[in-house]
Amino acid sequence: MGFLHEFLQQMVNGLSLGSIYALLALGYTMVYGIVKLINFAHGDILMLGAFGGFFVLAAYGVTPLTFVLALLVGMIVCAVVGIVIEKTCYKPLRNAPRINALITAIGVSIFIENGARVVKVIGPNPKEFPTFKTVNFPIGDVNISQIQIIVFVVSIALMFLLTYIVNHTKLGKAMRAVSFDRPAAYLMGINVDWIISFTFALGSALAAAAGILFASAYPQVEPYMGIIPGLKAFVAAVLGGIGSIPGAMLGGFIMGIAETLTKGFISSQLADAIAFGILILILVVKPSGILGKNVSEKV
Amino acid sequence: MKKNIANGLTLAAIAVVFTGILAALVYIGVIDEYTAQILTLAGINVIVALSLNLISGFTGQLALGHAGFMAVGAYTTAVCIMKFNFPMLLAILTSGLVTAVFGLIIGFPTLRLRGDYLAIVTLGFGEIIRVIMINLEQITGGAAGLKGIPSFTEDILLAPALSMLWVFSVMIITIILMSNLIKSSYGRAVLSVREDEIAANSMGINVFYYKMYAFTISAFIAGVGGGLYAPFFGYLNPTMFNFLKSVDFLVIVVLGGMGSITGTVIAGFVLTYLQEFLRFLRDYRLVIYPLLLIFIMLFRPSGLMGNREISILALWQRLFKSDRTQSKVDKAGERQ
Amino acid sequence: MTVLRAKDISILFGGLKAVSNFNMTLEEGELLGLIGPNGAGKTTVFNMLTGVYHPTSGEIEFTDKNGKVQNITHMKPFQITQMGMARTFQNIRLFKDLTVLDNIRIAYHFNVKYKSADAVFRTPAFFKEEAEITRKAVALLEIFNLEHKQAELAKNLPYGEQRKLEIARALATGPKLLLLDEPAAGMNPQETQDLMKLIRFIREKFNLTILLIEHDMNLVMGICERIIVLDYGQTIAEGTPDQVSKDPLVMKAYLGEGVDLHA
Repeated sequence: MGFLHEFLQQMVNGLSLGSIYALLALGYTMVYGIVKLINFAHGDILMLGAFGGFFVLAAYGVTPLTFVLALLVGMIVCAVVGIVIEKTCYKPLRNAPRINALITAIGVSIFIENGARVVKVIGPNPKEFPTFKTVNFPIGDVNISQIQIIVFVVSIALMFLLTYIVNHTKLGKAMRAVSFDRPAAYLMGINVDWIISFTFALGSALAAAAGILFASAYPQVEPYMGIIPGLKAFVAAVLGGIGSIPGAMLGGFIMGIAETLTKGFISSQLADAIAFGILILILVVKPSGILGKNVSEKV
Repeated sequence: MKKNIANGLTLAAIAVVFTGILAALVYIGVIDEYTAQILTLAGINVIVALSLNLISGFTGQLALGHAGFMAVGAYTTAVCIMKFNFPMLLAILTSGLVTAVFGLIIGFPTLRLRGDYLAIVTLGFGEIIRVIMINLEQITGGAAGLKGIPSFTEDILLAPALSMLWVFSVMIITIILMSNLIKSSYGRAVLSVREDEIAANSMGINVFYYKMYAFTISAFIAGVGGGLYAPFFGYLNPTMFNFLKSVDFLVIVVLGGMGSITGTVIAGFVLTYLQEFLRFLRDYRLVIYPLLLIFIMLFRPSGLMGNREISILALWQRLFKSDRTQSKVDKAGERQ
Repeated sequence: MTVLRAKDISILFGGLKAVSNFNMTLEEGELLGLIGPNGAGKTTVFNMLTGVYHPTSGEIEFTDKNGKVQNITHMKPFQITQMGMARTFQNIRLFKDLTVLDNIRIAYHFNVKYKSADAVFRTPAFFKEEAEITRKAVALLEIFNLEHKQAELAKNLPYGEQRKLEIARALATGPKLLLLDEPAAGMNPQETQDLMKLIRFIREKFNLTILLIEHDMNLVMGICERIIVLDYGQTIAEGTPDQVSKDPLVMKAYLGEGVDLHA
């Protein structure tokens, strides 16, 4: 009975954590799908979003209203940051060798992390993130906190919103077109630059939301907080099939659950290493990911 | 071809003589111990940076975990000389081999694939190695680190000079051997992988094999660099070999020019020296380095030297011969 | 002797059948043209033959340099090249930042006899074979009138010379079958004439079988002995240039219904 209880508890924890990874993975996958770039700085956008939320909540206290405000502020600020990064650092390198863009992405990532560290209002020390006082809803032996519910619900809502945008709007169609065949999309009159910027904005906004939700559940914010979740979310995107939006969501949940199950049943030290193990496993067994397709390069 | 040989031999001779003089100056105290330390550290950084240049600059595959390879090499040598009483040379070679094996293991699943996975996997590897080193307390001393690693000699007076001699000798040998490899058919094979994988494949080059080839050799050299670090520094701690250290090597390679051995050497010495001098910048260094990377990528991706190497003969003719056309032809021949 | 046999090869991309049931037999020494409107699947056929893509059904047999018939359907490009099939690309894929000479020398690598150790330690074996490789490369460049540019970076060559270099590079691998993908693309009439002479010349000199994709009808009709016409991934005509140019299906594919080329 103890095993089942532990299992269910970790499943609940995993779903909540996984929804955050899913939000973050979506940004990776959309950007990779559209410009074939692993945006190393993506995890750091999560950190920026978390701090954005931090400042709002620290100023106005924690209520449902201010929480929504924090989300909005964080998402908008990070959307802008995403666009700025894209236009200044990635766009000039669109036709350069891939390795150049990768190196730049690393540079941006480290710059954001350490830039935040030296800026006075953020600083290197962890700050406590203002969050709701935990209210628990025990279901049988399994404990669900209202924060976990909020995290899960908000994430799912955002994922629905994203899916709607991508599949049922002209904008989304344009995004898919540019991902599929950029020159053709351009010839069809799609403003490719704008669509790419929009994709970055969208991904960054989701990362910001993920950051605020993450900080609500694990209420410590510091400049390096985005690195490890970022890596895990990247693995999630690869696991689900890089470039595939449903894949990113699926991958996120799997990563979350794998992590909490590892924490519960094996060791919490190993929980981070599990992500790396899953990455290697996927690359060996099915590199295109669970939902990914093998896309060959046009020769 | 003959000009290249003459050039190479001249450079090598200069380097050997220079190293000998430097070491002697250290021994007799003209160069103080602190400066000697910086120079020796620079030499080690150059060795590891060269290994990174091989896989990332010459073969075009970005790797982000070379600090991890260095760590493997460092701990292997430490264990070999402390627990198994290996002679120094054997310990360092063992480090290279052990690290090469790691390279093979992580390279194999990763390099089969198209694209950017090597970067992420090597990044993860670097972190995992750190965690493993912390956890293997019996062998590595864990988070507290490993102290009292014997130096190249027990003679304290001789140690700084001998460290420098060891490191510089290995550095020079690495430069020569790597340069020889690049200027050969095997070097051209890895270059073709960088230039265009599909075309290389169509030229009969087994792209996967040559990625593994470059990566494994790179790991070996990085391991040797780490192996030299252990006796030089005398103390090892897993946090020395973190991601930021890997980035240090990347900055050296990018600044010097991806695909230029000379560039890596120059940048390695300049940056190691600067790092000491700009210590007061501490945290700001972590903001300046990435900005440097971004700026170079955006405005001068070829770095300092591009993919050119230094030619003593060309320099000589530039300075002392006025026949401009002659030196142009020489320069053309040099590119091969 | 049959050099190449493509048996009923098809390939599916997602839901689209880009090439359906393509059949082709190449005899030794032939010069065959593969033509068809844009998007007909010609380069896809090339990619299947050279191992860049793998057909979803069907088989490809190639008689290698040693006379052995190999099933190359699922082999990788480098293996196929080593067996004796070389190609050029529709969009030039030279090694741009390497010299003209190095572009050629790379093609000799898979046959190189000296080991890495020889290279690293500069043994006499290394010097001897390097000199030989360089000699062969320069000789080949002379045929293409490029040896005076051997130290130039490939990216700095004018377009026409880049195309020639691509062909030279493919030849350096020592193939018996050469696949040329739109070799005359972007060339003016004079350059095209020179190219035709060059192709005939190298076929003679190197005992080649040549398969070429082209849009330039002068070139195709001028040098091809046999032509296969592709449209929407299917073969719609096959025969001598004369037969094909009179085929109504071919005319319809290129020009649409109701046009009579011979009116």
